Amino acid sequence: MEFEPVIGLEIHVELSTESKMFCGCRAEFGGEPNTRCCPVCMAHPGALPVANKKAIEYLARISLALNCNIPGRSIFHRKNYFYPDLPKGYQISQYDQPFAVNGQLGIIFDDEHISVGIERVHMEEDTAKNIHAGKSGRIAGALYSLIDFNRSGTPLVEIVTRPEIHSPQAARIFLNKLKNLLKYLDVSDCNMEEGSLRCDANVSVRPAGSGTLGVKTELKNMNSFKHLEKGLAKEIERQVAVLEFGGQVVQQTVHFDFASGEVTPMRSKEFAHDYRYFPEPDLVPLAASSSFVQKITADMPELPDERAKRYMADFNLPAYNAEVLTSSRELSDYFEATLAYFNDSRIVSNWLMGELLGYLNASGTELAGCLVTPAGLGGLLKMISSGEVSNAVGKEIFMEMCKTGGAAENIVAARGLTQISDAAELAAIAERVIAANPAQAEQFRAGKDKVLGFFVGQIMKETGGRANPQVTSRVLRDKLAG
Amino acid sequence: MLISHDEVRYVAKLARLKLESGELDRYAGQLSGIINHINKISELELKHVELTSHVIELANVFREDQARQSVSRELALANGPEVEAGAFRVPQILEAEEQ
Amino acid sequence: MTAAGGKGNLLRLSAIEALGLIGRQELTASALTGAYLAQINQHDNDVSAYLRLTATEAQLEAAAFEAAAGEGAPPLAGLPTAIKDVLVTEGVITTCASRMLENYNPIYTATSVLKLRQAGIVMLGKTNMDEFAMGSSTENSAFGPTRNPWDLGRVPGGSSGGSAAAVAAGEAIWALGSDTGGSIRQPAALCGVVGLKPTYGSVSRYGLVAFASSFDQVGPITKTVRDAALMLKYLVGKDANDSTSVEHPDEIALPEDRDLAGVRIGIVRELVGKGIDAEVMSVFNQAIKKMEAAGALVSEAGLPHVEYALPAYYILAPAEASANLARFDGVRYGLRAGGAHADVTEMYEETRSQGFGDEVKRRIMLGTYALSSGYYEAYYGQAQKVRTLVVQDFAAAFADADLLVLPTAPTTAFKLGEKTGDPLTMYKSDICTIPVNLAGLPAISIPAGLAGGLPVGLQLIGPAFSENLLLQAAHSAESVIGFDKVSPLVKQAD
Repeated sequence: MEFEPVIGLEIHVELSTESKMFCGCRAEFGGEPNTRCCPVCMAHPGALPVANKKAIEYLARISLALNCNIPGRSIFHRKNYFYPDLPKGYQISQYDQPFAVNGQLGIIFDDEHISVGIERVHMEEDTAKNIHAGKSGRIAGALYSLIDFNRSGTPLVEIVTRPEIHSPQAARIFLNKLKNLLKYLDVSDCNMEEGSLRCDANVSVRPAGSGTLGVKTELKNMNSFKHLEKGLAKEIERQVAVLEFGGQVVQQTVHFDFASGEVTPMRSKEFAHDYRYFPEPDLVPLAASSSFVQKITADMPELPDERAKRYMADFNLPAYNAEVLTSSRELSDYFEATLAYFNDSRIVSNWLMGELLGYLNASGTELAGCLVTPAGLGGLLKMISSGEVSNAVGKEIFMEMCKTGGAAENIVAARGLTQISDAAELAAIAERVIAANPAQAEQFRAGKDKVLGFFVGQIMKETGGRANPQVTSRVLRDKLAG
Repeated sequence: MLISHDEVRYVAKLARLKLESGELDRYAGQLSGIINHINKISELELKHVELTSHVIELANVFREDQARQSVSRELALANGPEVEAGAFRVPQILEAEEQ
Repeated sequence: MTAAGGKGNLLRLSAIEALGLIGRQELTASALTGAYLAQINQHDNDVSAYLRLTATEAQLEAAAFEAAAGEGAPPLAGLPTAIKDVLVTEGVITTCASRMLENYNPIYTATSVLKLRQAGIVMLGKTNMDEFAMGSSTENSAFGPTRNPWDLGRVPGGSSGGSAAAVAAGEAIWALGSDTGGSIRQPAALCGVVGLKPTYGSVSRYGLVAFASSFDQVGPITKTVRDAALMLKYLVGKDANDSTSVEHPDEIALPEDRDLAGVRIGIVRELVGKGIDAEVMSVFNQAIKKMEAAGALVSEAGLPHVEYALPAYYILAPAEASANLARFDGVRYGLRAGGAHADVTEMYEETRSQGFGDEVKRRIMLGTYALSSGYYEAYYGQAQKVRTLVVQDFAAAFADADLLVLPTAPTTAFKLGEKTGDPLTMYKSDICTIPVNLAGLPAISIPAGLAGGLPVGLQLIGPAFSENLLLQAAHSAESVIGFDKVSPLVKQAD
């Protein structure tokens, strides 16, 4: 039987605000344990939360970018459970009146445009960090744990999709698109390794074509795009195997172990969750007036689709180039930064899509880790356009810049790569080359124009590719005619 | 009894309270008496009545996103029953992460 | 209650009288503080109003005010004040009368305490209470009950029993309390002093250890209504650390000497008579007659849903409490049960079972039950709707009356141990005060007279933010009632 996977994602995004969600402690990653906390985020008796305005603005930005509907009123709830990383014994979150609902985000998968529904977007706070002491550093087998409250209370936005994704690859593309969007919105670092972007998935499978949903499991602990795709594939495989052998999928949490690449259902708890949600009495409602929404809309940073349109209109770039260049905020920003040093959008676009992306793919480097800066690339492109170096040599220089981070001028100077455009110098070489190849010279004179290419090649050989091709042709024609 | 021993046990577990067997009986009795009293509100037909969570009409109370000095680590840890390596130490965690 | 012609018994001075004497340099802050500390020394072994004294600091602070007396002195300079142990005070152990916090040393100070300290009060110490403010007799303190200065065999009421007893015993010139369902007004009534619960939101809750967040308010317990107004003036205001606090629309004024002409007062018919002791009713009715004679227009008022207020409160308040008290888990502060623990859950359970007393556990379980899956709508949801009805009832009643009036408590002070066996009987001590908290309104209890030698309180209730009107009427009523008795412990010092 053919099975169709049904996937819904639950994404947590740590916002990059200066301070925490409900207190003034600095919100940033790492640091010495328990150095960024206060009565509020350590839940001392009597302490009260006060919501961070910027976090709510970021929340609104995300909601609008995901095409959500923002109701006029939403409230915070308390989600009650005991855990050492949850100092109040409840998490301030949102429940039946979330900040935003009913959005969508489109992706392109298998050349097809797919719209993934967004069920809700809501605000909550992050937990503290448990450091598990013991052999493995993991929860299992730890003898005790140490709690660090630096992360406690960091603003966290939860985005929940509808179960409208049907393959692990599409899930990965969706998450990548969402991450890119969040980067454009400038609301989060989206660093999966540091945990500022986290993704859980609800997964079920059903006979292809069936309209009903199968029993779902909740897949956790996928801390990279690769792990998300791999974990989903494994879990789908596991569920299909269970069903094919006549078994039943049990609703439970499944843990993805990225070391082994295996999925393990977690020991089902003897005790079901009963979070006892109720309205948070220490906070007042959020009332998103239409003027507030208008203001957020007006202040919205340019999103990828708009940026692509602008590239087509202002720079006359083909749609494909515009889309590739805007596919990540970093690349798009890099493109625009390079234009400040070399103002030919067509050439810059070709270099980024050809040389730069080619190098990043081949070497497995992230753009952020690339040693060539927009200024460096601009400098190189200027030297090519002025004829100081040839296009071919330019590409070699670029590779060297990628490896060493050096400036183009320095590499050219050190390796003597300056293009030879001096007609007299080239004429002397041409004379030598013609003298050495009398038969070919005869052929040219007899009208075989193509032979000119042979002579150009010979001169390039002599000069190590530094001869200016235009000047070389002109000089050769002169000499051969003579 | 309006609340059974099992329910008292369930509620005590949710609230992380350990009850001795004698206490179970006593709490079940007392809670039943109170529940009997509070059940009075079920007499009212309130389908169309609004909920009140707050008695004052307030919305959108925010603070500006400005970092403030946190308390010193020494002060943060000062009341800790068991402190190790600048952090609060707790016995091993057997139940899996909730979130 | 006058110090005319000399200082007389300093313990009889109101805060305003004491400020007057200090201002005229007829009395020093040190002498005043010294008198109260001496009274504490002499009687607090019997009364047990205090859990912790800060006598040395108090003397030093008073001496400092004395040195800097005169121009530029803060407005409440040198007033010896008792603080309920539910308000956190940096560097001074704050326990909420719980084993859970027996050694808890707060790392910050409650806004209300900070504001009074900035205005110059001298803190004498932290007062006893029902554990985490849950109770009506102060018998739920983990450190033993407080006794009523009028009769040491009786309770002072609660939960702010320590603060009320301290003021009644001459062990503080005034005190801070907190009121969730009557915890300021009921002990004030049982101890023969004045207790004011301000409008919800007018005084910051930051640093008030939360019992039920949507009900809790901090307020004064004083000897006179004018003192309550004075303290309130320095307590109110929006606090950036409390999202539910607001700027009071009025500047709090000290009431003037005037009669009650034209003030429309409604007696809540559903709550008088049924369930209230006859001798309490008799004192109450006499007081009403005096108010009427002073020009008050007295009529009946109705709160048709008020009988549902107590049950709704005992759903909502324990529900909020069950979450508010979840932070006491033995991880960051407070008690951690000793011994090795198999895992963190066992540590939680043992810590919380050892740290909390019976009443706290009962309310945590009740609240957890009301919020748990399957019961939420029937209990929590329904109670929130009852709350709406109670709010609407009050609004309707205030269309015909400026203020509502009721006895503060259905009985006078009861004997220690008399009601500890049955929680529900104890809960009914707050039948006249709880409806006010559901609606977040301001209310004040003033002494109405004695019944069987024990104080009876009269409660006036006003619309939200009507403190000036409420205090003015209460001051006028106080004058016409003319209650001039003090507890035997103060009398002894004459």
